[in-house]
Amino acid sequence: MTIAPKHAAGSSGPADSRAVELQGVRIAFPMANGTAYEAVGETNLEVRDREFVAIVGPTGCGKSTLLNATAGLIKPAAGNVRIFGKAHTGINAHAGYLFQQDSLMPWKTAVDNVAIGLEVAGVARREALERAREWLSRVGLAAFADRYPHMLSGGQRKRVGLAQVLIRDPKIILMDEPFGPLDAQTRLIMGDLLLDLWTADQKAVMFVTHDLDEAIGLADRVIIMSAGPASRIIGDYTIPLARPRNMADIKSAPEFHEVHREIWNALKEEVLKGYKQAEKLS
Amino acid sequence: MNRAVLLTLQILVAVVTIALWHVATTTTLLGNPKTISFFFGEPILVAERIVSWVQEGSIWYHLGITLTEAALAFAIGSIGGVVIGFWFARRPLLAAVFDPYVKAANALPRVVLAPIFALWLGLGIWSKVALGVTLVFFIVFFNVYQGVKEVSPAVLSNARMLGMNGRQLLRHVYLPSALSWMFSSLHTSVGFAVVGAVVGEYLGSAAGLGYLIHEAESVFDVNGVFAGMVVLTFFVILVDWIVTLVENRLLVWRPKTSAI
Repeated sequence: MTIAPKHAAGSSGPADSRAVELQGVRIAFPMANGTAYEAVGETNLEVRDREFVAIVGPTGCGKSTLLNATAGLIKPAAGNVRIFGKAHTGINAHAGYLFQQDSLMPWKTAVDNVAIGLEVAGVARREALERAREWLSRVGLAAFADRYPHMLSGGQRKRVGLAQVLIRDPKIILMDEPFGPLDAQTRLIMGDLLLDLWTADQKAVMFVTHDLDEAIGLADRVIIMSAGPASRIIGDYTIPLARPRNMADIKSAPEFHEVHREIWNALKEEVLKGYKQAEKLS
Repeated sequence: MNRAVLLTLQILVAVVTIALWHVATTTTLLGNPKTISFFFGEPILVAERIVSWVQEGSIWYHLGITLTEAALAFAIGSIGGVVIGFWFARRPLLAAVFDPYVKAANALPRVVLAPIFALWLGLGIWSKVALGVTLVFFIVFFNVYQGVKEVSPAVLSNARMLGMNGRQLLRHVYLPSALSWMFSSLHTSVGFAVVGAVVGEYLGSAAGLGYLIHEAESVFDVNGVFAGMVVLTFFVILVDWIVTLVENRLLVWRPKTSAI
């Protein structure tokens, strides 16, 4: 592995139009036997402001790890994470993060969970609660504001999570298979909700998923990562589908199938490699 | 099962038990009633004793003392357990260093400390409070420690991404998690606070339910012993019922699991 280059390829355009730049980022975890497991090999990625980028790859390819590095939750072993042109360490204050697992505070009601992001930023509690109720009605949960997370369905919890992230008006939204645990119908509905919200207020989005349909339906660009260890980006596809889109209808568009076939051909090989890798490890 | 039927059956168990007790101590059906009532007392005499205690009003004084001791033991033990539990959970080195001593102290049967506390703190309420504290503290301590350690990593990462600083994490994430563990052990810790008070009184005091039972026992007044036990039982049931109410109020956010 080479030392990280100072500049990633293709870093052109005004500095503030680049929401996220990963420059020669490598991520490794210490193992029990003293060696390091390299989860993500040298990676360069650029996400422009207002761009919706989906990251797809086989299981265990380090997609989430890449998001965590962008979020500032983990520190890359090498390379730079630049946020709006500035080198970044610590928690990324520009980013909102929707996690795969349930991450609402179970001891707070839905409205309190949504309001907390404003409250800790110093917004008065009354105003925070008012705006939280607004956001809950925007995600269709006005009637559920005073419920605790365990009284909500999986899809409803994700909606609360979405409102919790968006109320803080982050410039960058990181999503780690946010709809992974949901059933197929709910996923479609959540995808449409996300598209509506994103269309209304476009942010830079990094959306990790293993569902290629979902990735193509939502994103401007689809990034393919190779199977781990030391996974890296092996494909970068622009999605030419017109917006506004609808998750259910888009699958019948001929362009969708073309793009899907092209990306799947690249991805298939990596998925198989990923399975072999998993077999070897087990 | 129907609720009314269940309640009837439950009451029936008590009625049958007391009836058997009464028959055994007043008739020759199950042996010599004199011998049996020497060992087991007589239900009517036990009831009369309780009624006379209530009429005299002396029982309220003793109950009040026991309640005060238990409440103080619970409050002090809980506060200590929360503070130390939190501190240890956030300082792994400290926890590692003190780990064997905490385990040793918890393994020690606390009853042996009663004479020492009586020596240090006299025969008043504080020696009983101290005994209760040593029981309550460890339950709360271990639960709070666990509660802080077991905060879901996703919830924690999410809270950090929502912009919480260290103090806010403590208030909105660690503390609620720790307290939920503590509250879920409320029945045990409150129970032990009462045990500490009664056992302390039993081993040396001038007031309280434990004292009452001990006094009766020392003059072979078996009816007095049983009367004390019955009052103690009702007292504990009442306290447990209040704890359940408090728990339901404090843990509304928890999914209902099967009732115990």
